[in-house]
Amino acid sequence: MSRPSAVGLAAGTEPLPDFPQLRQCPYQPPPGYRDLREAEGPVVRARLYDGRPTWVVLGHAVARELLIDPRLSSDWSRPDFPSPSPRRKAIQKATILVGMDPPEHSAYRRKLISAFSVRRTRELSESIHRRAGELVDTMLEQGPPAEILSGLALPLSSHTICGILGVPYEDHGYFEEQSALLVSPQVTEDDATGALMNLRTYLTGLVERKEKESEPGDGLLDTLVHRDLAEGSLSRDDVIRLGIILLMAGHETTASMITLSTFTLLQNPRQLAAFRADPAGAGLAVEELLRYLSIGDVAMRIAAEDITVGDVAIRAGDSVMLSTAEINRDAEVFDDADDLDLARGARNHFAFGYGVHQCIGQNLARAEMESALTLLFSRIPGLRLAVPAEQVEIKPAQSGVQGIYELPVAW
Amino acid sequence: MSPVQVIADTDRCIGAGQCVLTAGHLFDQDEDGIVQLLTGAVDTEGDVALARQAEHLCPAAALKIQPVAGYVAGNDATQGQRGA
Repeated sequence: MSRPSAVGLAAGTEPLPDFPQLRQCPYQPPPGYRDLREAEGPVVRARLYDGRPTWVVLGHAVARELLIDPRLSSDWSRPDFPSPSPRRKAIQKATILVGMDPPEHSAYRRKLISAFSVRRTRELSESIHRRAGELVDTMLEQGPPAEILSGLALPLSSHTICGILGVPYEDHGYFEEQSALLVSPQVTEDDATGALMNLRTYLTGLVERKEKESEPGDGLLDTLVHRDLAEGSLSRDDVIRLGIILLMAGHETTASMITLSTFTLLQNPRQLAAFRADPAGAGLAVEELLRYLSIGDVAMRIAAEDITVGDVAIRAGDSVMLSTAEINRDAEVFDDADDLDLARGARNHFAFGYGVHQCIGQNLARAEMESALTLLFSRIPGLRLAVPAEQVEIKPAQSGVQGIYELPVAW
Repeated sequence: MSPVQVIADTDRCIGAGQCVLTAGHLFDQDEDGIVQLLTGAVDTEGDVALARQAEHLCPAAALKIQPVAGYVAGNDATQGQRGA
Protein backbone atom coordinates (compact mmCIF):
# COMPACT_ATOMS: atom_id res chain seq x y z
CA MET A 1 0.00 0.00 0.00
CA SER A 2 1.38 3.37 -0.98
CA ARG A 3 1.79 6.11 1.56
CA PRO A 4 -0.78 8.88 1.39
CA SER A 5 0.67 11.90 -0.41
CA ALA A 6 -1.42 14.41 1.54
CA VAL A 7 -1.44 14.00 5.29
CA GLY A 8 -3.30 16.22 7.73
CA LEU A 9 -4.28 19.85 7.42
CA ALA A 10 -1.80 22.66 7.76
CA ALA A 11 -2.48 24.56 10.96
CA GLY A 12 -0.33 27.51 9.96
CA THR A 13 -0.86 30.47 7.70
CA GLU A 14 0.08 28.91 4.37
CA PRO A 15 -2.00 30.44 1.60
CA LEU A 16 -5.05 28.33 0.91
CA PRO A 17 -8.06 29.05 -1.30
CA ASP A 18 -11.27 30.17 0.39
CA PHE A 19 -14.16 27.82 0.94
CA PRO A 20 -16.96 28.25 0.11
CA GLN A 21 -16.59 30.45 -2.97
CA LEU A 22 -19.12 32.65 -4.75
CA ARG A 23 -20.92 31.46 -7.87
CA GLN A 24 -20.16 33.66 -10.86
CA CYS A 25 -23.22 32.39 -12.72
CA PRO A 26 -26.30 31.44 -10.68
CA TYR A 27 -26.50 27.98 -12.20
CA GLN A 28 -22.81 27.07 -12.32
CA PRO A 29 -20.59 25.95 -9.44
CA PRO A 30 -17.87 28.45 -8.49
CA PRO A 31 -15.19 28.14 -11.21
CA GLY A 32 -12.48 27.99 -8.55
CA TYR A 33 -13.64 24.52 -7.51
CA ARG A 34 -12.99 23.10 -10.96
CA ASP A 35 -9.54 24.71 -11.04
CA LEU A 36 -8.73 23.16 -7.67
CA ARG A 37 -9.97 19.76 -8.69
CA GLU A 38 -8.00 19.80 -11.92
CA ALA A 39 -4.85 20.91 -10.11
CA GLU A 40 -5.03 18.79 -6.97
CA GLY A 41 -7.59 16.02 -7.39
CA PRO A 42 -10.93 15.19 -5.81
CA VAL A 43 -9.94 16.12 -2.23
CA VAL A 44 -8.24 19.48 -1.75
CA ARG A 45 -7.24 21.80 1.09
CA ALA A 46 -8.92 25.18 1.59
CA ARG A 47 -9.59 27.69 4.36
CA LEU A 48 -12.88 28.57 6.05
CA TYR A 49 -14.08 32.09 6.90
CA ASP A 50 -12.67 31.83 10.41
CA GLY A 51 -9.21 30.84 9.20
CA ARG A 52 -9.58 27.17 9.91
CA PRO A 53 -8.14 24.85 7.26
CA THR A 54 -10.49 22.26 5.80
CA TRP A 55 -10.56 19.40 3.36
CA VAL A 56 -12.93 20.02 0.46
CA VAL A 57 -14.32 17.02 -1.42
CA LEU A 58 -14.98 17.71 -5.11
CA GLY A 59 -15.22 14.21 -6.64
CA HIS A 60 -18.22 11.90 -6.79
CA ALA A 61 -16.55 8.57 -5.96
CA VAL A 62 -14.76 9.95 -2.91
CA ALA A 63 -17.90 11.74 -1.73
CA ARG A 64 -19.91 8.54 -2.02
CA GLU A 65 -17.33 6.68 0.02
CA LEU A 66 -17.07 9.38 2.69
CA LEU A 67 -20.75 10.28 3.12
CA ILE A 68 -21.53 6.72 4.08
CA ASP A 69 -18.50 6.32 6.34
CA PRO A 70 -19.49 6.30 10.02
CA ARG A 71 -16.09 7.76 10.95
CA LEU A 72 -17.19 11.04 9.37
CA SER A 73 -19.40 12.79 11.89
CA SER A 74 -22.27 15.28 11.59
CA ASP A 75 -22.38 15.93 15.32
CA TRP A 76 -22.85 19.68 15.61
CA SER A 77 -22.66 19.50 19.39
CA ARG A 78 -18.91 18.86 19.14
CA PRO A 79 -17.17 22.09 20.15
CA ASP A 80 -14.71 21.68 17.28
CA PHE A 81 -17.38 21.12 14.60
CA PRO A 82 -16.49 23.31 11.60
CA SER A 83 -18.78 25.84 9.99
CA PRO A 84 -18.60 27.49 6.57
CA SER A 85 -20.10 30.77 7.83
CA PRO A 86 -21.20 32.59 11.00
CA ARG A 87 -24.87 32.12 10.17
CA ARG A 88 -24.45 28.40 9.68
CA LYS A 89 -22.85 28.32 13.10
CA ALA A 90 -25.98 29.94 14.55
CA ILE A 91 -28.19 27.37 12.82
CA GLN A 92 -25.99 24.58 14.12
CA LYS A 93 -26.74 25.72 17.65
CA ALA A 94 -30.51 25.99 17.18
CA THR A 95 -31.53 22.81 15.40
CA ILE A 96 -31.35 19.08 15.75
CA LEU A 97 -31.52 16.04 13.46
CA VAL A 98 -29.21 17.36 10.74
CA GLY A 99 -26.39 17.76 13.23
CA MET A 100 -26.49 14.33 14.81
CA ASP A 101 -24.98 10.91 14.23
CA PRO A 102 -26.66 7.52 14.44
CA PRO A 103 -28.11 6.06 16.57
CA GLU A 104 -29.41 9.33 18.02
CA HIS A 105 -30.15 10.69 14.54
CA SER A 106 -32.00 7.53 13.49
CA ALA A 107 -34.33 7.70 16.49
CA TYR A 108 -35.43 11.22 15.57
CA ARG A 109 -35.60 10.63 11.83
CA ARG A 110 -37.79 7.56 12.28
CA LYS A 111 -40.48 9.68 13.91
CA LEU A 112 -40.68 11.84 10.79
CA ILE A 113 -40.26 9.69 7.70
CA SER A 114 -43.82 8.42 7.29
CA ALA A 115 -44.94 12.03 6.75
CA PHE A 116 -42.54 12.29 3.80
CA SER A 117 -42.81 8.84 2.20
CA VAL A 118 -43.27 8.37 -1.54
CA ARG A 119 -46.87 7.26 -0.96
CA ARG A 120 -47.71 10.20 1.29
CA THR A 121 -46.16 12.60 -1.22
CA ARG A 122 -48.22 11.10 -4.03
CA GLU A 123 -51.35 11.65 -1.95
CA LEU A 124 -50.38 15.30 -1.62
CA SER A 125 -49.35 15.82 -5.22
CA GLU A 126 -52.86 16.67 -6.41
CA SER A 127 -53.27 19.48 -3.89
CA ILE A 128 -49.73 20.72 -4.63
CA HIS A 129 -50.59 20.81 -8.33
CA ARG A 130 -53.85 22.64 -7.69
CA ARG A 131 -52.12 25.22 -5.50
CA ALA A 132 -49.40 25.77 -8.12
CA GLY A 133 -52.11 26.26 -10.75
CA GLU A 134 -53.89 28.87 -8.61
CA LEU A 135 -50.64 30.78 -8.12
CA VAL A 136 -49.81 30.77 -11.84
CA ASP A 137 -53.36 31.92 -12.65
CA THR A 138 -53.00 34.77 -10.16
CA MET A 139 -49.74 35.80 -11.82
CA LEU A 140 -51.55 35.85 -15.16
CA GLU A 141 -54.43 37.93 -13.77
CA GLN A 142 -52.20 40.48 -12.08
CA GLY A 143 -49.30 40.71 -14.51
CA PRO A 144 -47.17 41.16 -16.38
CA PRO A 145 -44.78 41.76 -14.74
CA ALA A 146 -44.50 39.15 -12.00
CA GLU A 147 -41.82 37.83 -9.67
CA ILE A 148 -41.27 34.09 -9.48
CA LEU A 149 -39.99 33.69 -5.91
CA SER A 150 -42.73 35.71 -4.19
CA GLY A 151 -45.49 34.96 -6.72
CA LEU A 152 -45.07 31.21 -7.10
CA ALA A 153 -42.08 29.46 -5.54
CA LEU A 154 -42.26 30.68 -1.94
CA PRO A 155 -46.07 30.55 -1.52
CA LEU A 156 -46.14 27.04 -2.98
CA SER A 157 -43.34 25.65 -0.81
CA SER A 158 -44.51 27.43 2.35
CA HIS A 159 -48.09 26.32 1.85
CA THR A 160 -46.98 22.72 1.30
CA ILE A 161 -44.73 22.46 4.35
CA CYS A 162 -47.33 24.24 6.50
CA GLY A 163 -49.88 21.60 5.50
CA ILE A 164 -47.53 18.74 6.32
CA LEU A 165 -46.38 20.13 9.65
CA GLY A 166 -49.71 21.57 10.77
CA VAL A 167 -48.40 25.16 10.86
CA PRO A 168 -51.08 27.82 10.12
CA TYR A 169 -50.35 29.18 6.64
CA GLU A 170 -51.47 32.67 7.70
CA ASP A 171 -48.20 32.88 9.67
CA HIS A 172 -46.07 32.35 6.56
CA GLY A 173 -45.02 36.01 6.25
CA TYR A 174 -43.37 35.86 9.65
CA PHE A 175 -41.39 32.64 9.31
CA GLU A 176 -40.40 33.42 5.72
CA GLU A 177 -39.03 36.77 6.85
CA GLN A 178 -37.04 35.25 9.71
CA SER A 179 -35.66 32.49 7.51
CA ALA A 180 -34.76 35.03 4.82
CA LEU A 181 -32.61 36.85 7.38
CA LEU A 182 -30.46 33.75 7.58
CA VAL A 183 -29.57 33.92 3.90
CA SER A 184 -29.41 37.67 3.28
CA PRO A 185 -26.00 39.20 2.56
CA GLN A 186 -24.03 40.82 5.38
CA VAL A 187 -25.98 39.04 8.11
CA THR A 188 -23.89 38.64 11.25
CA GLU A 189 -23.91 35.70 13.59
CA ASP A 190 -25.93 37.87 16.03
CA ASP A 191 -28.57 38.66 13.37
CA ALA A 192 -28.85 35.00 12.50
CA THR A 193 -29.09 34.03 16.15
CA GLY A 194 -31.86 36.64 16.63
CA ALA A 195 -33.85 35.31 13.68
CA LEU A 196 -33.53 31.79 15.01
CA MET A 197 -34.63 32.94 18.47
CA ASN A 198 -37.72 34.45 16.85
CA LEU A 199 -38.46 31.22 15.02
CA ARG A 200 -37.99 29.37 18.27
CA THR A 201 -40.43 31.65 20.09
CA TYR A 202 -42.94 31.17 17.29
CA LEU A 203 -42.65 27.37 17.32
CA THR A 204 -42.79 27.30 21.13
CA GLY A 205 -46.13 29.12 21.07
CA LEU A 206 -47.45 26.85 18.37
CA VAL A 207 -46.42 23.66 20.19
CA GLU A 208 -47.96 24.91 23.44
CA ARG A 209 -51.23 25.67 21.65
CA LYS A 210 -51.24 22.20 20.11
CA GLU A 211 -50.65 20.62 23.52
CA LYS A 212 -53.92 22.17 24.71
CA GLU A 213 -55.98 20.98 21.75
CA SER A 214 -58.37 18.19 22.67
CA GLU A 215 -58.86 17.26 19.02
CA PRO A 216 -55.41 17.18 17.44
CA GLY A 217 -54.95 18.29 13.83
CA ASP A 218 -53.43 15.95 11.26
CA GLY A 219 -50.07 17.67 10.81
CA LEU A 220 -46.73 16.11 11.70
CA LEU A 221 -46.27 18.52 14.62
CA ASP A 222 -49.69 17.44 15.93
CA THR A 223 -48.50 13.83 15.82
CA LEU A 224 -45.22 14.66 17.53
CA VAL A 225 -47.05 16.57 20.27
CA HIS A 226 -49.88 14.15 20.88
CA ARG A 227 -47.93 10.92 20.36
CA ASP A 228 -44.23 11.40 21.10
CA LEU A 229 -44.33 14.30 23.54
CA ALA A 230 -47.30 12.75 25.35
CA GLU A 231 -45.59 9.37 25.72
CA GLY A 232 -42.29 10.99 26.66
CA SER A 233 -40.19 9.81 23.71
CA LEU A 234 -39.60 13.45 22.69
CA SER A 235 -39.16 16.49 24.89
CA ARG A 236 -40.97 19.76 24.16
CA ASP A 237 -37.61 21.21 23.17
CA ASP A 238 -37.10 18.34 20.70
CA VAL A 239 -40.46 19.03 19.04
CA ILE A 240 -39.73 22.75 18.81
CA ARG A 241 -36.29 22.22 17.31
CA LEU A 242 -37.57 19.62 14.84
CA GLY A 243 -40.26 22.15 13.86
CA ILE A 244 -37.64 24.84 13.21
CA ILE A 245 -35.48 22.68 10.96
CA LEU A 246 -38.40 21.19 9.02
CA LEU A 247 -40.09 24.54 8.52
CA MET A 248 -36.88 26.24 7.37
CA ALA A 249 -35.61 23.40 5.22
CA GLY A 250 -39.10 22.80 3.87
CA HIS A 251 -39.75 26.16 2.32
CA GLU A 252 -36.50 27.89 1.53
CA THR A 253 -34.73 25.16 -0.40
CA THR A 254 -37.61 24.22 -2.69
CA ALA A 255 -38.51 27.87 -3.30
CA SER A 256 -34.92 28.53 -4.31
CA MET A 257 -34.90 25.50 -6.64
CA ILE A 258 -38.12 26.54 -8.40
CA THR A 259 -36.88 30.10 -8.88
CA LEU A 260 -33.41 29.13 -10.06
CA SER A 261 -34.81 26.37 -12.32
CA THR A 262 -37.06 28.94 -14.02
CA PHE A 263 -34.08 31.22 -14.63
CA THR A 264 -31.95 28.33 -15.89
CA LEU A 265 -34.61 27.11 -18.33
CA LEU A 266 -35.16 30.64 -19.64
CA GLN A 267 -31.41 30.87 -20.25
CA ASN A 268 -31.39 27.51 -22.07
CA PRO A 269 -34.07 27.95 -24.77
CA ARG A 270 -33.38 24.63 -26.49
CA GLN A 271 -33.85 22.68 -23.24
CA LEU A 272 -36.91 24.78 -22.41
CA ALA A 273 -38.46 23.85 -25.77
CA ALA A 274 -37.78 20.18 -25.02
CA PHE A 275 -39.32 20.59 -21.57
CA ARG A 276 -42.50 22.13 -23.00
CA ALA A 277 -42.74 19.51 -25.73
CA ASP A 278 -42.59 16.55 -23.36
CA PRO A 279 -44.83 16.88 -20.29
CA ALA A 280 -44.30 13.17 -19.54
CA GLY A 281 -40.59 13.84 -19.16
CA ALA A 282 -41.07 16.43 -16.41
CA GLY A 283 -39.93 14.01 -13.70
CA LEU A 284 -36.64 13.40 -15.50
CA ALA A 285 -36.25 17.12 -16.13
CA VAL A 286 -36.65 17.87 -12.43
CA GLU A 287 -34.00 15.27 -11.59
CA GLU A 288 -31.55 16.88 -14.02
CA LEU A 289 -32.26 20.37 -12.66
CA LEU A 290 -31.54 19.03 -9.17
CA ARG A 291 -28.19 17.66 -10.34
CA TYR A 292 -27.29 20.69 -12.40
CA LEU A 293 -28.17 23.39 -9.85
CA SER A 294 -27.28 21.67 -6.54
CA ILE A 295 -28.37 24.57 -4.38
CA GLY A 296 -27.71 22.85 -1.06
CA ASP A 297 -24.08 23.15 -1.84
CA VAL A 298 -22.12 22.55 1.32
CA ALA A 299 -22.19 19.39 3.35
CA MET A 300 -20.26 19.83 6.60
CA ARG A 301 -18.57 17.03 8.48
CA ILE A 302 -15.79 16.40 10.96
CA ALA A 303 -13.53 13.36 11.02
CA ALA A 304 -14.21 11.50 14.26
CA GLU A 305 -11.30 9.16 13.49
CA ASP A 306 -8.42 9.02 11.02
CA ILE A 307 -9.69 8.20 7.53
CA THR A 308 -7.54 7.47 4.49
CA VAL A 309 -9.33 8.09 1.24
CA GLY A 310 -7.46 7.73 -2.03
CA ASP A 311 -4.07 9.28 -1.40
CA VAL A 312 -5.32 11.64 1.28
CA ALA A 313 -5.01 10.99 5.01
CA ILE A 314 -7.71 12.80 6.93
CA ARG A 315 -6.89 13.10 10.63
CA ALA A 316 -9.36 12.87 13.50
CA GLY A 317 -10.67 16.38 14.19
CA ASP A 318 -10.14 17.61 10.61
CA SER A 319 -12.92 19.62 8.98
CA VAL A 320 -14.35 18.00 5.84
CA MET A 321 -16.60 20.04 3.53
CA LEU A 322 -18.23 18.62 0.43
CA SER A 323 -19.29 20.70 -2.57
CA THR A 324 -22.27 18.81 -3.94
CA ALA A 325 -22.46 21.24 -6.87
CA GLU A 326 -18.97 20.36 -8.11
CA ILE A 327 -19.43 16.69 -7.21
CA ASN A 328 -22.55 16.62 -9.40
CA ARG A 329 -20.48 17.85 -12.35
CA ASP A 330 -17.97 15.00 -12.08
CA ALA A 331 -17.15 14.00 -15.66
CA GLU A 332 -16.20 10.48 -14.54
CA VAL A 333 -19.83 9.87 -13.53
CA PHE A 334 -21.89 12.16 -15.77
CA ASP A 335 -21.23 12.42 -19.52
CA ASP A 336 -20.93 16.03 -20.66
CA ALA A 337 -21.48 16.90 -17.02
CA ASP A 338 -21.61 20.65 -17.61
CA ASP A 339 -24.44 20.34 -20.13
CA LEU A 340 -28.02 20.70 -18.93
CA ASP A 341 -29.68 17.64 -20.48
CA LEU A 342 -33.23 17.26 -19.22
CA ALA A 343 -33.52 13.76 -20.66
CA ARG A 344 -30.32 12.56 -18.95
CA GLY A 345 -32.11 10.34 -16.45
CA ALA A 346 -29.29 10.30 -13.89
CA ARG A 347 -30.49 9.94 -10.33
CA ASN A 348 -27.12 9.24 -8.73
CA HIS A 349 -26.53 12.92 -7.94
CA PHE A 350 -26.04 14.29 -4.44
CA ALA A 351 -28.34 17.31 -4.70
CA PHE A 352 -30.19 15.93 -1.66
CA GLY A 353 -26.97 14.73 -0.07
CA TYR A 354 -26.05 11.10 0.46
CA GLY A 355 -25.80 8.92 3.53
CA VAL A 356 -28.17 8.87 6.49
CA HIS A 357 -28.78 12.62 6.27
CA GLN A 358 -30.13 12.57 2.73
CA CYS A 359 -32.98 15.10 2.49
CA ILE A 360 -36.11 13.80 4.17
CA GLY A 361 -38.33 16.07 2.05
CA GLN A 362 -36.85 15.14 -1.33
CA ASN A 363 -40.01 13.59 -2.76
CA LEU A 364 -42.01 16.62 -1.75
CA ALA A 365 -39.44 18.86 -3.42
CA ARG A 366 -39.70 16.83 -6.63
CA ALA A 367 -43.50 17.10 -6.63
CA GLU A 368 -43.46 20.86 -6.00
CA MET A 369 -40.85 21.51 -8.68
CA GLU A 370 -42.66 19.39 -11.23
CA SER A 371 -46.01 21.12 -10.70
CA ALA A 372 -44.61 24.64 -10.53
CA LEU A 373 -42.42 24.33 -13.62
CA THR A 374 -44.87 22.47 -15.86
CA LEU A 375 -47.76 24.82 -15.05
CA LEU A 376 -45.65 27.96 -15.29
CA PHE A 377 -44.24 27.15 -18.71
CA SER A 378 -47.43 25.64 -20.17
CA ARG A 379 -49.81 28.36 -19.02
CA ILE A 380 -47.47 31.25 -19.84
CA PRO A 381 -45.99 30.40 -23.25
CA GLY A 382 -44.35 33.80 -23.69
CA LEU A 383 -42.59 33.83 -20.31
CA ARG A 384 -39.32 35.79 -20.38
CA LEU A 385 -36.93 37.60 -18.04
CA ALA A 386 -38.02 41.16 -17.22
CA VAL A 387 -34.46 42.24 -16.42
CA PRO A 388 -31.12 41.51 -18.08
CA ALA A 389 -29.80 38.14 -16.89
CA GLU A 390 -26.64 39.69 -15.47
CA GLN A 391 -28.74 41.86 -13.12
CA VAL A 392 -30.18 38.80 -11.37
CA GLU A 393 -28.53 38.83 -7.95
CA ILE A 394 -26.75 35.70 -6.73
CA LYS A 395 -26.97 34.61 -3.09
CA PRO A 396 -23.68 34.76 -1.20
CA ALA A 397 -21.45 31.72 -1.03
CA GLN A 398 -21.94 31.37 2.71
CA SER A 399 -25.75 31.41 2.76
CA GLY A 400 -26.08 27.65 2.82
CA VAL A 401 -28.76 27.57 0.15
CA GLN A 402 -27.52 28.81 -3.22
CA GLY A 403 -29.73 30.57 -5.72
CA ILE A 404 -31.02 34.01 -6.60
CA TYR A 405 -32.92 36.56 -4.54
CA GLU A 406 -35.69 37.27 -7.00
CA LEU A 407 -36.64 36.68 -10.61
CA PRO A 408 -38.70 39.37 -12.33
CA VAL A 409 -40.48 38.01 -15.40
CA ALA A 410 -42.87 39.25 -18.06
CA TRP A 411 -44.73 37.71 -21.03
CA MET B 1 -29.89 -13.72 -16.28
CA SER B 2 -29.44 -15.43 -12.92
CA PRO B 3 -32.13 -14.55 -10.44
CA VAL B 4 -31.07 -12.46 -7.47
CA GLN B 5 -32.31 -12.03 -3.96
CA VAL B 6 -32.86 -8.56 -2.53
CA ILE B 7 -32.05 -8.18 1.15
CA ALA B 8 -33.33 -5.09 2.95
CA ASP B 9 -31.85 -4.02 6.27
CA THR B 10 -34.80 -2.28 7.90
CA ASP B 11 -32.61 -1.08 10.77
CA ARG B 12 -30.38 0.85 8.38
CA CYS B 13 -33.27 2.22 6.27
CA ILE B 14 -33.76 5.98 6.58
CA GLY B 15 -36.96 6.14 4.52
CA ALA B 16 -35.63 8.35 1.73
CA GLY B 17 -37.80 6.42 -0.74
CA GLN B 18 -35.16 6.10 -3.48
CA CYS B 19 -35.93 2.40 -3.93
CA VAL B 20 -39.67 3.04 -4.30
CA LEU B 21 -38.98 5.76 -6.86
CA THR B 22 -36.68 3.38 -8.75
CA ALA B 23 -38.98 0.34 -8.80
CA GLY B 24 -42.37 0.76 -7.18
CA HIS B 25 -43.28 -2.83 -8.07
CA LEU B 26 -40.30 -4.23 -6.14
CA PHE B 27 -40.17 -1.87 -3.16
CA ASP B 28 -42.64 -0.05 -0.95
CA GLN B 29 -42.54 1.83 2.34
CA ASP B 30 -44.58 0.53 5.28
CA GLU B 31 -46.75 2.81 7.39
CA ASP B 32 -43.66 3.96 9.29
CA GLY B 33 -41.92 4.84 6.03
CA ILE B 34 -39.48 1.90 6.25
CA VAL B 35 -38.56 -0.23 3.21
CA GLN B 36 -40.74 -3.21 2.43
CA LEU B 37 -39.86 -5.81 -0.21
CA LEU B 38 -42.74 -6.68 -2.51
CA THR B 39 -41.00 -9.73 -3.93
CA GLY B 40 -38.47 -12.32 -2.84
CA ALA B 41 -36.40 -13.23 -5.86
CA VAL B 42 -35.98 -10.96 -8.85
CA ASP B 43 -35.45 -12.84 -12.07
CA THR B 44 -36.05 -10.75 -15.17
CA GLU B 45 -33.20 -8.80 -16.69
CA GLY B 46 -35.06 -5.52 -16.35
CA ASP B 47 -35.96 -6.08 -12.71
CA VAL B 48 -32.45 -7.20 -11.78
CA ALA B 49 -31.12 -3.97 -13.29
CA LEU B 50 -33.69 -1.94 -11.36
CA ALA B 51 -32.89 -3.74 -8.12
CA ARG B 52 -29.19 -3.04 -8.62
CA GLN B 53 -29.95 0.61 -9.32
CA ALA B 54 -31.98 0.82 -6.10
CA GLU B 55 -29.07 -0.76 -4.22
CA HIS B 56 -26.71 1.83 -5.71
CA LEU B 57 -28.99 4.77 -4.95
CA CYS B 58 -29.93 3.79 -1.39
CA PRO B 59 -28.33 6.52 0.73
CA ALA B 60 -28.14 4.30 3.79
CA ALA B 61 -26.66 1.20 2.11
CA ALA B 62 -29.69 -0.69 3.38
CA LEU B 63 -30.13 -2.87 0.28
CA LYS B 64 -28.00 -5.84 -0.75
CA ILE B 65 -28.40 -7.85 -3.93
CA GLN B 66 -27.10 -11.42 -3.86
CA PRO B 67 -27.46 -14.54 -5.96
CA VAL B 68 -30.36 -16.75 -5.00
CA ALA B 69 -28.94 -19.44 -2.71
CA GLY B 70 -28.43 -22.81 -4.36
CA TYR B 71 -29.20 -21.56 -7.85
CA VAL B 72 -27.12 -23.05 -10.64
CA ALA B 73 -27.71 -21.66 -14.11
CA GLY B 74 -29.32 -24.19 -16.39
CA ASN B 75 -30.03 -26.63 -13.60
CA ASP B 76 -33.78 -27.05 -13.57
CA ALA B 77 -33.75 -28.96 -10.32
CA THR B 78 -32.51 -25.95 -8.36
CA GLN B 79 -34.56 -23.29 -10.11
CA GLY B 80 -37.48 -24.27 -7.95
CA GLN B 81 -35.63 -22.75 -5.02
CA ARG B 82 -36.05 -19.22 -6.29
CA GLY B 83 -37.55 -16.97 -3.72
CA ALA B 84 -36.90 -19.41 -0.93
